[in-house]
Amino acid sequence: MPKVTMVEAIAMAQAWELAHDPSVVVLGEDVGKSGGVFRATSGLFERFGADRVQDTPLAENMIAGMCVGMAAQGMRPVAEIQFMGFLYPAIDQIVNHMSRLRHRTRGRLSCPVVIRTPHGGGIHAPEHHSESVESMIAHVPGIRVVCPSSPARAYGLLLASIRDPDPVLFLEPTRIYRLAKQEVADDGVAAPLDVCYILREGEDVTIVTWGAITTDVLQAAEQLAAQGISAEVIDLATVSPIDSETILDSVAKTGRLVIVHEAARNCGVGAEIAAIVAEHGLHDLLAPVQRVTGFDTVVPLYRLENDYIPSVTRIVDAAKATLAG
Amino acid sequence: MRTVAEFRIEYLRHLSPQGRPLEELPAFAADNDELLKMFAAMLRARTFDAKAVNLQRTGKLGTYAPCLGQEAAHVGVGAAMRPEDCLAIVYREIGTLFWRGVSMTEVLLYWGGDERGNNFAVPRHDFPWCVPIATQTLHAAGAAMAFKIRKEPRCAVAYIGDGGTSEGTFYEAMNLAGARQLPIVFVVVNNKWAISVPIEEQTAAETLAQKGIAAGIPGVQVDGNDVIAVRDCMSRALEKARNGGGPTVVEAISYRLSDHTTADDASRYRNEAEVAEAWKVEPMIRLRKLLESRGVLDEAREQAMKAEFTREVDAAVQEYLSTPRQSTDAMFDHLYANPPPYLEAQKELARRYAGTGRPSH
Ligand SMILES: Cc1ncc(C[n+]2csc(CCOP(=O)(O)OP(=O)(O)O)c2C)c(N)n1
Ligand SMILES: [Mg+2]
Repeated sequence: MPKVTMVEAIAMAQAWELAHDPSVVVLGEDVGKSGGVFRATSGLFERFGADRVQDTPLAENMIAGMCVGMAAQGMRPVAEIQFMGFLYPAIDQIVNHMSRLRHRTRGRLSCPVVIRTPHGGGIHAPEHHSESVESMIAHVPGIRVVCPSSPARAYGLLLASIRDPDPVLFLEPTRIYRLAKQEVADDGVAAPLDVCYILREGEDVTIVTWGAITTDVLQAAEQLAAQGISAEVIDLATVSPIDSETILDSVAKTGRLVIVHEAARNCGVGAEIAAIVAEHGLHDLLAPVQRVTGFDTVVPLYRLENDYIPSVTRIVDAAKATLAG
Repeated sequence: MRTVAEFRIEYLRHLSPQGRPLEELPAFAADNDELLKMFAAMLRARTFDAKAVNLQRTGKLGTYAPCLGQEAAHVGVGAAMRPEDCLAIVYREIGTLFWRGVSMTEVLLYWGGDERGNNFAVPRHDFPWCVPIATQTLHAAGAAMAFKIRKEPRCAVAYIGDGGTSEGTFYEAMNLAGARQLPIVFVVVNNKWAISVPIEEQTAAETLAQKGIAAGIPGVQVDGNDVIAVRDCMSRALEKARNGGGPTVVEAISYRLSDHTTADDASRYRNEAEVAEAWKVEPMIRLRKLLESRGVLDEAREQAMKAEFTREVDAAVQEYLSTPRQSTDAMFDHLYANPPPYLEAQKELARRYAGTGRPSH
């Protein structure tokens, strides 16, 4: 089995689908000849040609809108938005059409589209390149939001996203694009959407997270273990819709919940998770829910970004706070 | 069938790539000091640019977008504008910024990941760096609308790249400017590439100047490597706009001699022969030759200028490197004029955990 980084796994999954499903088309700014600014479509243009792997003109609203048209007529576009901060021009098409064409036409037309986009900060990128605004799209009915936390999960979840009959916003955590290599079988086996993945079992506190910061949460869990605290780490994976069952089962076991995300706190996805537990698991809770999140500010330029992204220490302290008293 | 509309796009060039005047030069070009000033501004931008790339390579600056090859376009625009005009930049136009008084240290701070770099001491009214492509064109149109409503004799200038002209926003800005006859000039710097996408794949339009025609705006092409032509063309467009004559689209043809940014490797998608050809017509050569032929510039004088700019850049680098990082409070400062009280707790939290994250630069 090849050992690959997350960004390589993402290219591998797209190659698999291009090879096995003639309706799949990869498109976006600089995804062709150059293989993407992060190399996430590396080698695809050479292998599949300019019809299947297209450099588009520079226009995100155009990308999203053309995906609606292509998908409605039987294609499966996999589009890249170069950075999440450039998703905004595409939101009109995503919200008004992509996510509701099936509903509006009573199932006559649909949008099996994947929009891939880098997510989050921590790579010293320029302004507007470090956004994590998943809650904006998580709020929209009719589209899924997916965010992997490892190469293998990226491969499996991207395959599932491409094969899904509905649109998926697929968030790629740039900070861990190349962080670690993992053995990933290039076997075309998808990983299920709409379920959480328990990355580490524990008894004392449940920590729910997703994306790049999962790495920091796992480190925090190690540190907690050294202090005799057993943390259960859940990777949300499908950010919307949320798999409440796995989370509620875990909270029923541990009685404590910490939610960790890089995005700002106000109306973040963490608020939805806390609300689910308040509605359905309140009596299991032994302590107030803790949220460890980015601040309700603009993501700062890179000199301060590591003070914006929650640190391992902050996560550890929050977990301990649920056990205090 | 009869023809109901026709259009024509003119191309302006005053100096051949070898510095030979092709026609009668505009009046300002008779003034050697003025031309020397423009030459110096191009050299100053180029000197800074090389240093900035170098700083990035040695880990002292973040991603940086070089202006190499486009100095004439940027300086020509700067020289044609008045200080009270309003500029909306993208991310490459240091030649214009420096001309208008933005400091090297401010530019370094911005690309060094510090918001203070957007707080220009001079000019206070220009827009900050603008990474989301094409968005700035609407800001300039809005600024022009404000000038028009208040009957101020000021113009707005918006830059945009060849790739940027594919964004719908650009059409919206031109349409507004045309419909309301706003005092604005759109400067399209056609450097032939949008990261890895060449202009031929970006659009089927023969020129980018003609994109204005559909919005009822005249468009003109200019040799963007000919600083005299750029300044001349811009001066005329600004004069017209200032006198109520409405907007213009100016397409300055140039070439991106550098990688897209320091994070890019253009050799992956662009062939060396093309770049070598572009070096032959780069903008410094022709102005240098003209000034030499007039006996006001020689090797020694240019070296002296270069040495002075190197000292100036080094001093700015020192100032930049010795500027202390902002505290975590900076994340919260200036977010609102009247900050909601709940943010105080987050500000406190940020202070408490400052420095516990991954090490910062
Ligand atoms: C809305 C938006 N989409 C994508 C990007 C990523 N991006 C940065 S520069 C660039 C190419 C711009 O090309 P062009 O307009 O020709 O300007 P140039 O860089 O050549 O000066 C792209 C796609 C962005 N900054 N903003
Ligand atoms: Mg360009």
